[in-house]
Amino acid sequence: MIVFAAAVIIMTLFAGVFAPNDPYKTSATVIRTAPCADYPFGTDNLGRCVFSRVLYGGRTTIAATFFLVFVSFAIGTVIGMVCGYYGGIADRIFMRIADITLGFPQMVVAIAVAGILGAGMKGAMIALGITMWISFARLARSHTYSIKNEAYVKTVLFTGKSDFYIIMVHIFPNLMGPVLTNALTQIGTTMIGLSGLSFLGLGIIPPTAEWGSMISEARAYIQIAPWSVFYPAAATIITIIIFNYLGDVVMDYREAG
Amino acid sequence: MIRSVLKKLAEIIIILVVLSFFVFVLLYIAPGDPAEKRLTSQGIVVTKQVLDAERERLGLLKPFLVRYGEWLFSVIKGDFGVSFKDDMPVAPKLYKGLVNTCILAFSSLMLSLSLSFTLGVASAVKKDGIFDHIVRIFSFVANSLPNFLISVLLMYFFCIKLDIFPVIAAGDLQGLVMPVLSLAIPMTGRFTRQIRAEILNRMNEDYVTGMKGRGVKNRYIILNVVRNSLGHIFTIVALQIGTLMGGSVVIETIFRWPGIGKLVMDSISARDYPVIMGFVLIMGAIYVVVNSLSDVLDRTLDPRISE
Repeated sequence: MIVFAAAVIIMTLFAGVFAPNDPYKTSATVIRTAPCADYPFGTDNLGRCVFSRVLYGGRTTIAATFFLVFVSFAIGTVIGMVCGYYGGIADRIFMRIADITLGFPQMVVAIAVAGILGAGMKGAMIALGITMWISFARLARSHTYSIKNEAYVKTVLFTGKSDFYIIMVHIFPNLMGPVLTNALTQIGTTMIGLSGLSFLGLGIIPPTAEWGSMISEARAYIQIAPWSVFYPAAATIITIIIFNYLGDVVMDYREAG
Repeated sequence: MIRSVLKKLAEIIIILVVLSFFVFVLLYIAPGDPAEKRLTSQGIVVTKQVLDAERERLGLLKPFLVRYGEWLFSVIKGDFGVSFKDDMPVAPKLYKGLVNTCILAFSSLMLSLSLSFTLGVASAVKKDGIFDHIVRIFSFVANSLPNFLISVLLMYFFCIKLDIFPVIAAGDLQGLVMPVLSLAIPMTGRFTRQIRAEILNRMNEDYVTGMKGRGVKNRYIILNVVRNSLGHIFTIVALQIGTLMGGSVVIETIFRWPGIGKLVMDSISARDYPVIMGFVLIMGAIYVVVNSLSDVLDRTLDPRISE
């Protein structure tokens, strides 16, 4: 699976190398052509190569997903570590915010935020990110708290090392495991969320290639050119399955050991 | 008991107030001026005087917190303001949509719950059998399917290729089948996984070993385990309500089901803010109340959690 995941990432990352055609070049002569040698996945309503668009679209979807998960991971982990380490009033406030935000229905908030802030990937990412950092913060906080109370950390405290040193050297590496596992399991969900928002027209703005918006656009002429829906759909499903599977495996592995 | 109920109520109120404030801030920073939007929606250019008069009429010139307070107060009274689009009160529209959404959501929840309960329990009981493997693969794949994708694919096969169901839901029973299926499939995948895991977890408890040792029939053991996991299963369902709400927006838009989700998508493209605010608040309220209820239910069904 990890090979497949790497393959998907490489294929989309180097979309420019693998794509046989320009994903944005429209052509009136080849509108809705069935898959053939020149256009492996056929063409869409504007004569654009679906295969190239799937590759470039994957880059948009995957890059946005990774970026969002990484930012939530970074923000959540830092907040969680600081709260768990120092405790006190800041900890109480942040965890209260986290509890309250956890009470919001995520997708409803995301649709409202993306809808009000206007279309665009930035809006969609903010919309999903508002609730996403919490799982990281809570996880990091509880682990920091328990690591902080371990005997060896207390010993290090007596040697006069700074708090920053202890957090970076002793706490951060020890909570990487669970937090990274969480990040991995979030990838599939985030991808579903982002492409869902794009599908609704609240994410990426056409003509930029993105799987959700490609499917949404091509849905109108699915009867005459089903390939322009099927290939991006297949790409979405396969990618999500790969990342969900990886998440499951790592989760099982961590639980077993 | 009364104390914990009061505490829960206070929690619900705090969450809803914060949510309402959040939505209000969002609209405050949203691009575009509502007064200008309303007046220029017909493509007419207006003078500054008219614009100012409209702003005054809509109460846009008052300080932010005063506006928020006034708005919150009228929302509590059940008044969600008037639509920017046609000056009609928003509340009746929202309620009408909500009823339709509830029909859709409830049907798919029931379908998915009965399916996944059967599948989950059966595959947990016969763990590692062929059936269990099939169920696990199904639930894994179903869980990975975004529901907009399922609905597009279902639409293609059943409405276009096989021509069994109408493409556009007319709001009747036949039109309900496709949207319900689209919502239920990914949900069934998730529920099945979680119910299976929950049952397996309970199977390892001491009382199960004890029952086995006393030679209690397997059937009764399973019955007991299932009964004991009901509270937790309810929590699993309650946590999915949010996903269900988001999903129904997508599904209603695709199948043109006249629910609150379709209403909000139409309002987003029309920049009809009062509807969007009402939508978030109503959905938020339902979500918070359902989750608190499930929490209370879980406590009453499993006395070990309460202390």
